[in-house]
Amino acid sequence: MKKILQIILVLTFTASISGFVLSSVNNWAKPFIEENRIKAISQAIFQVQSEGMRYEKLNLEEMDVFEVFDENDNSLGYAVVHQGNGFQGIIKLIFGINKELNRIKAIEVLEQVETPGLGSLITEDNFKNRFKNLNAQPLIKVVKDRKPSHNNEVQAITGATISSKAVARIVNEAVEKLKKFNGIEK
Amino acid sequence: MKKQVSLHYEFLKGLWEIHPIFKQALGLCPTLAVTVSAINGLAMGLATTFVLIFSSVIISSIRKIVPSQVRIATYILIISTFVTIVDLVMKAKFPELSKALGPFIPLIVVNCLILGRAEAFASKNRIFRSFIDALGNGTGFLLGLLVLGSIRELLGTKCIFGFQILPDGFSTWMVMILPAGAFLTLGLLLGFANAYTKWKKEKSKKEILITN
Repeated sequence: MKKILQIILVLTFTASISGFVLSSVNNWAKPFIEENRIKAISQAIFQVQSEGMRYEKLNLEEMDVFEVFDENDNSLGYAVVHQGNGFQGIIKLIFGINKELNRIKAIEVLEQVETPGLGSLITEDNFKNRFKNLNAQPLIKVVKDRKPSHNNEVQAITGATISSKAVARIVNEAVEKLKKFNGIEK
Repeated sequence: MKKQVSLHYEFLKGLWEIHPIFKQALGLCPTLAVTVSAINGLAMGLATTFVLIFSSVIISSIRKIVPSQVRIATYILIISTFVTIVDLVMKAKFPELSKALGPFIPLIVVNCLILGRAEAFASKNRIFRSFIDALGNGTGFLLGLLVLGSIRELLGTKCIFGFQILPDGFSTWMVMILPAGAFLTLGLLLGFANAYTKWKKEKSKKEILITN
């Protein structure tokens, strides 16, 4: 009997102390974590819309779209977060697009688990720069073994065609979806 | 009464004699997974050492009141509390590192190095001695991860801690930053460690023979 009591007491005691400590740490950490999340998002938005000064989240279902404004409060276009399947897992990216939805400004990869050294090259500037000022209408096409000849074409990374195509596909999907919403938002 | 070894030895044994990675082969999962770069290895090593030291001290201080039937449950409770603290602090203050280490911080809970030291040492020894033991083992683990991470980063990207070390002409070994590279490097290091121990043992044997 005494043993059982001791077991109950020790476990209850350790568990309550642990709960108390964790809730205090969590209370302390929560605002920082939230701040980091917002900072990461706004940093990414201004990376893909480099002239942007402030942004507003649009109320769209199933997609995170931000309208970005310049210093005179003129709309520059949108920053769109979208994700899709890559070679090994989900690729999540954000891209900036103009108001007419026909020209990509820049892209940033937010999350990816592609093969290190091959597919993961989609996070490098060398690849991301290929999307700068790219025509999004007609849809972006990925080309292999040759230089792009139209301004809606992107050259694939050698050895990572699937990852390169995935990025283009995710951007295209987002543009298509956005076109449906355009005009009804706000 | 059991023979007491010096505190000095209690620390040093973790660095070589019972090295967590190379001798006890504990905590291999995070060892293999996070060591793509030296900085990841360092961060993982620090996080594990922190958890190891604090849980060892707490476990050692309550070793007399914890009934043996629920000791594992209590240890895990204590360990997971510290792991969650580390996870939250990293998310709040070092979001980049926390992202790079991904799920491996929460998984420190099941790192057998920590439970192993709790069961084998902290639950039987005085607080200060447990602290020294945890510090030694943690440092050993950290150094192991650092060596592994540096080798893989160096051969895989020419850099250590992001600074280029090898010349531009060196073609990088892609395999080193893939999981296979982790197994190869760890296997070779384990082999070297064992070969060295064997060589040393035979040498001392010979010396004894000669002096006799």
